[in-house]
Amino acid sequence: MNEPKTDSGVNASGTTKPNRVTGIGRVLIAVYGVLALAATGRSFVQIVSKFDEAPVAYTLSALAAVVYIVATVALMNKGRAWYRVAWITIGFELLGVLVVGTLSLVDPQLFPHDTVWSVYGRGYLFIPLVLPVLGMWWLAHNRPLSGRGVAA
Amino acid sequence: MIEWFTWVQLAVAVAAGLLCVGLGLAGRKPTDLSMGATLLVEVLLLVQLVVAIVAPLTGNEATGSLLEFYTYLISAILLPLAGGVWALIERSRWSTVILGVVCLSVAVMVYRMLQIWTVQGV
Repeated sequence: MNEPKTDSGVNASGTTKPNRVTGIGRVLIAVYGVLALAATGRSFVQIVSKFDEAPVAYTLSALAAVVYIVATVALMNKGRAWYRVAWITIGFELLGVLVVGTLSLVDPQLFPHDTVWSVYGRGYLFIPLVLPVLGMWWLAHNRPLSGRGVAA
Repeated sequence: MIEWFTWVQLAVAVAAGLLCVGLGLAGRKPTDLSMGATLLVEVLLLVQLVVAIVAPLTGNEATGSLLEFYTYLISAILLPLAGGVWALIERSRWSTVILGVVCLSVAVMVYRMLQIWTVQGV
């Protein structure tokens, strides 16, 4: 209850570590941005040139692209609401890559055309599979400061 | 698309990417070296754009989808610019790593562009 605090109210011992994690977080955000761009570009091409061939797969591509964009924005912004949005979108990505990845292996007929998540994101060097896990790890280590901790 | 030029471009992008990731992890902030390497990658992309526009006029046609090719090319051109702006705004070691990630991403995209242009001749 009477822990030593600095003027700003932050525990003095915990000031160095978050900076470092935040730094790595910047790289994470950049990679998310690149993936969002890649997914958006690919889905743009698919929808413009051959949407009729596989409406479901290409709609899924577009949805994935939007989710990646929202996740990138959510990671960049502070605050509890964005934090929750980040968890939801990144969770959705992990679910998507696992479900679609598995289905594309078990029943290739379901996804005859590539999506970002086909075969666990093979077309993207498996980055779609690794990234949500890294994202969740980062979120778990970077809870928003406001709200929590006051009662303790 | 000129094949040997594309391979040179690919090698430069990979080298610049590894250099920047290495410098960044070693704790260097963005310098003339890392920014210059990224700038070189960007200039080569602009040359590639000119080549892509001129090449079909001389009978060097793409075998794959031009729409897909240009989506890759335009996206690739935007990446180093975004990374460079980021590096100028936030001068930390992680910005150098990001420059490297950007250059490596460009390398992957250039390779895909080469495939689209040359491989799929159905």
